[in-house]
Amino acid sequence: MVQLTLPKNSKISVGKTWNKPEGDGDWKEFKIYRWNPDDGLNPRLDTFYVDRSQCGPMVLDALIKIKSEIDPTLTLRRSCREGICGSCAMNIDGTNTLACLKGMDEVDGAVKVYPLPHMQVIKDLVPDMTNFYAQHRSIEPWLKTDTATPPTEWKQSRGDREKLDGLYECILCACCSTSCPSYWWNSDRYLGPAILLQAYRWVIDSRDEATGERLDNLEDPFRLYRCHTIMNCAKACPKGLSPAKAIAELKKLMVERRV
Amino acid sequence: MNMRTPLKTARNLGSAKEGADHFWKQRVTGVANVALGLFLVWLIASLVGADYATVKAKLANPVIALALLALVVSGTLHMRLGMQTIIEDYVHGEAAKIVCVMLNTFFATAVALACTFAVLKISFGA
Repeated sequence: MVQLTLPKNSKISVGKTWNKPEGDGDWKEFKIYRWNPDDGLNPRLDTFYVDRSQCGPMVLDALIKIKSEIDPTLTLRRSCREGICGSCAMNIDGTNTLACLKGMDEVDGAVKVYPLPHMQVIKDLVPDMTNFYAQHRSIEPWLKTDTATPPTEWKQSRGDREKLDGLYECILCACCSTSCPSYWWNSDRYLGPAILLQAYRWVIDSRDEATGERLDNLEDPFRLYRCHTIMNCAKACPKGLSPAKAIAELKKLMVERRV
Repeated sequence: MNMRTPLKTARNLGSAKEGADHFWKQRVTGVANVALGLFLVWLIASLVGADYATVKAKLANPVIALALLALVVSGTLHMRLGMQTIIEDYVHGEAAKIVCVMLNTFFATAVALACTFAVLKISFGA
């Protein structure tokens, strides 16, 4: 049945304050979730202070500064630092977003940083994305055709190409899926908003010939229909996409092919 | 120890190849309930303060009785479908889930039968 309280080992305690504001400066407080799989302790919320006059403007800049200058054991994923790789997805100030696109000045008071919600944590801000990636693999996100490959490219009209706008921009950061209560409760069977948006991207692709097969694989009470239009996905997406709309389009196609 | 590959876990038992029917029925009964619900509100409002004989006379009208029966069918079907969704969302033990889904069907059927009997009794009753 529904679990209403957190298990003992996931209760978060107050952690260590690593540094104090020293002298003049534009100091910003950071409260960061820490958990080390090796020390056997519960997670804790550590406090750091960063002088904004000595740091870039984004939350990721501050996290990198903390890791470089204060605590090198702080563990996080990051790569491109410009919102295109999706590595630094985390929960900042209560919302899933990319640390590289979230300005420190967008947060009043202390900046609270947690890993993406409801995922197994590997360490600190790094969640285990294994199931998420396997679910992406399960929708077979590549062009599937039976017609012989043309000597040049698979052609597509401008209109058909435009149907991919609002879909192809998805960077699979998982901000949407991990903000979705349906995904929290049933991530073992529900594909979640990110993967369903990706699935729709291939269903709607005019060059793909496996549309029916793709819809067959999605037609399932859990894989698709756990979406209850909660809309957290569209609110969380740091790229401004709407997975909820993509899912609604999939549901429309499911009805269209039978009514 | 779980030594399955992540893809094996993600694919699990495969697609049930159903779900659209449940989704569509929920929408159809939802639309029907809007119209039939408004009808029920009108019916109750028009019978405020009326005695039993007046109510019986009203429900003896086949159009009124059939609309009420349609509301019973549509309403209880919608109720069963909606509750099933909630059970599937939140009840995770396989055995508990199956029992809950069954009880949900029994409950909705019992409500539907009781309501149908009540409408017919008033409508046809002497």
